[in-house]
Amino acid sequence: MKSASLVDIRGLRVEFGPTAHPFPAVDGVDLAIDAGEIVGLVGESGSGKSVTALALMGLVDFPGRVRADRLDFAGRDIRAMNAREQRALAGRGIAMIFQDPLASLDPCYTVGYQLEETIRLHGNAEERSSGAMRRARAVSLLREVEIPDPVARLRAFPHQLSGGMAQRVMIASAIAGRPQLLIADEPTTALDVTVQAQVLALLARLRAEHAMALLLITHDLAVVSETADRVVVMYAGQVMETGAVPDIFEAPLHPYTQALLDALPEHNLDRARLATIPGVVPGAYDRPAGCLLAPRCRYAVGRCHAQRPALEPVGSGRARCHFPLDARGRPTRGWEAERAAAITS
Amino acid sequence: MSASTLASQPPADAPLLAAHDLTRHYRVSRGYFRGHSTVRALDGVSFTLEQGRTLAVVGESGCGKSTLARQVTMVETPTAGKLRLAGIDVVDASADVRRQLRPQVQMVFQNPYASLNPRRTVGALLEEPLVIHRRGTQGERRAAAYAMLAKVGLRAEHYRRYPHMFSGGQRQRIAVARALMLGPRLVVADEPISALDVSIQAQVLNLLLDLQAELRIAYLFIAHNLQVVRHIADSVMVMYAGRAVEQGPKDAIFTDARHPYTRALLASTPSLRGRRRAEHPGPAAEPPSPLAHASGCAFRARCPRAVDRCAVEAPAMTAIGRVRVACHRAGEDG
Repeated sequence: MKSASLVDIRGLRVEFGPTAHPFPAVDGVDLAIDAGEIVGLVGESGSGKSVTALALMGLVDFPGRVRADRLDFAGRDIRAMNAREQRALAGRGIAMIFQDPLASLDPCYTVGYQLEETIRLHGNAEERSSGAMRRARAVSLLREVEIPDPVARLRAFPHQLSGGMAQRVMIASAIAGRPQLLIADEPTTALDVTVQAQVLALLARLRAEHAMALLLITHDLAVVSETADRVVVMYAGQVMETGAVPDIFEAPLHPYTQALLDALPEHNLDRARLATIPGVVPGAYDRPAGCLLAPRCRYAVGRCHAQRPALEPVGSGRARCHFPLDARGRPTRGWEAERAAAITS
Repeated sequence: MSASTLASQPPADAPLLAAHDLTRHYRVSRGYFRGHSTVRALDGVSFTLEQGRTLAVVGESGCGKSTLARQVTMVETPTAGKLRLAGIDVVDASADVRRQLRPQVQMVFQNPYASLNPRRTVGALLEEPLVIHRRGTQGERRAAAYAMLAKVGLRAEHYRRYPHMFSGGQRQRIAVARALMLGPRLVVADEPISALDVSIQAQVLNLLLDLQAELRIAYLFIAHNLQVVRHIADSVMVMYAGRAVEQGPKDAIFTDARHPYTRALLASTPSLRGRRRAEHPGPAAEPPSPLAHASGCAFRARCPRAVDRCAVEAPAMTAIGRVRVACHRAGEDG
């Protein structure tokens, strides 16, 4: 069993809105992260990536409702923790960085003040008791995230930092509590490609040095393919496919993953037009009864519209599809026969 | 000044857009007692763009891409240099001539959630450019708006709806439709798809390509995603600290780049076929402050190949192979 995983989530469901007409932002998500593993969580806006991460940190507040068959971090049920334990979890067990670092930093306080505040809350016993120790730790944290002249930078205000520097400060603050898991929610989307490359290299180095797991939430498939060990693809609140890198990009099991890859300019180098996915992601209350992708799927047949598939093991990965794709990218499990029957009838 | 004087000026073979040594400096206050200093946001950029073609401008934030867009769209007047639209001088033109030129250059912005007025219907948004330029009767404007909706893949019933009722991709279609209402010959697109979801980006890119094929519009396409640039552009200009460091046809830039900065950008671009991240972290450090005026080459502090000469002498644009490049060491290798 996977009980040894650092994160073990089964059947996670997060609802918002009135109980009579709940809107499930996350609808039955399974997610496991091993210690020291980099997992890429990929999906379009509204697919439930960020809400999944917030539920994992215990940060979904009323009126949001979290339900799960299992919601464990390091072998402990997050829902069974009291308030004090939950506060310790968010910061020491799990830390999180966000897309816009300048929105995450308080513009009224210096980098040093904010960093030392985090260390006072989440540092070890020595650091919590001694100001000099906190200052020394702040300097070493800034050095660790490769900020030049760290002593001078402690006196800087957030507006004096570039976007890349601000994101490094956020990473320094996140690792101050020596977390076992760092959740990075679109950490490089607001950055230039050159700085993005530096920040991703930094995250990869930190996880190697600290044996820290990393949950990388992004919509950029290329970033995931270069950084992650394993990928989870979400669509409209559900996991569509999980698999190891690079298998999932070379031979995707789910038509959604295949369509996302086909839409990238990189896969269309000599073609004038890009392959597109018709239609839009289903909204809050218009999710189809069958497979969520069925209205947009190029392979959808009768069963796809009638019956929602389960997330099942296929080869080395898992896919939520009645007719998972083979290595040549063609649907299997009797899809040809089912479609032929649909055409003749 | 009338339309007839405009028509008499341009030479027949002039490119649609020609910039020569285009420069824009801003004076900024450094504090009450410290006086002013100059930001060289755009510092001598030259290029041409032909009718129906796409020039992509790439570079990091602060390199002058958006300043260039503000000069080309005639929102600002350049500090120095020449800018010609279909052979007509834009910089020294009278207000009257500029007013006549502006409909020919329209803009599509990055974020369609911010660029569309939430209190106006799609119909009103599309007709507004026509109202401002006093084109047609009310009925003609409405007919033009309906025709444009169909052209960008929206339906007639969308005419009465408000922007919040649309998805991001549909909103960007509306923004494109609005830019095309005046029949421009040049559209400046500033990161038009980077705010959109992956599955929607392809739809909007296809729309831009279809419209270009149908209407022979030229695009000045500002982007940071080199994979997208590779798909849509005919030629590419790479900018750094207000200057063009390398420019040339797309194929040459992507297969035969000479400038170390272009190579660094290409190496930093994530790819599905990419190696593991830690093996190629790209260039060190970050772009310089726009207030710093270093002597010599602006890129030398981050450049792996910098030599003493780079600190003293600013490299000039020279043609090497199929590209034009500003680097002292560009000619040294194959």
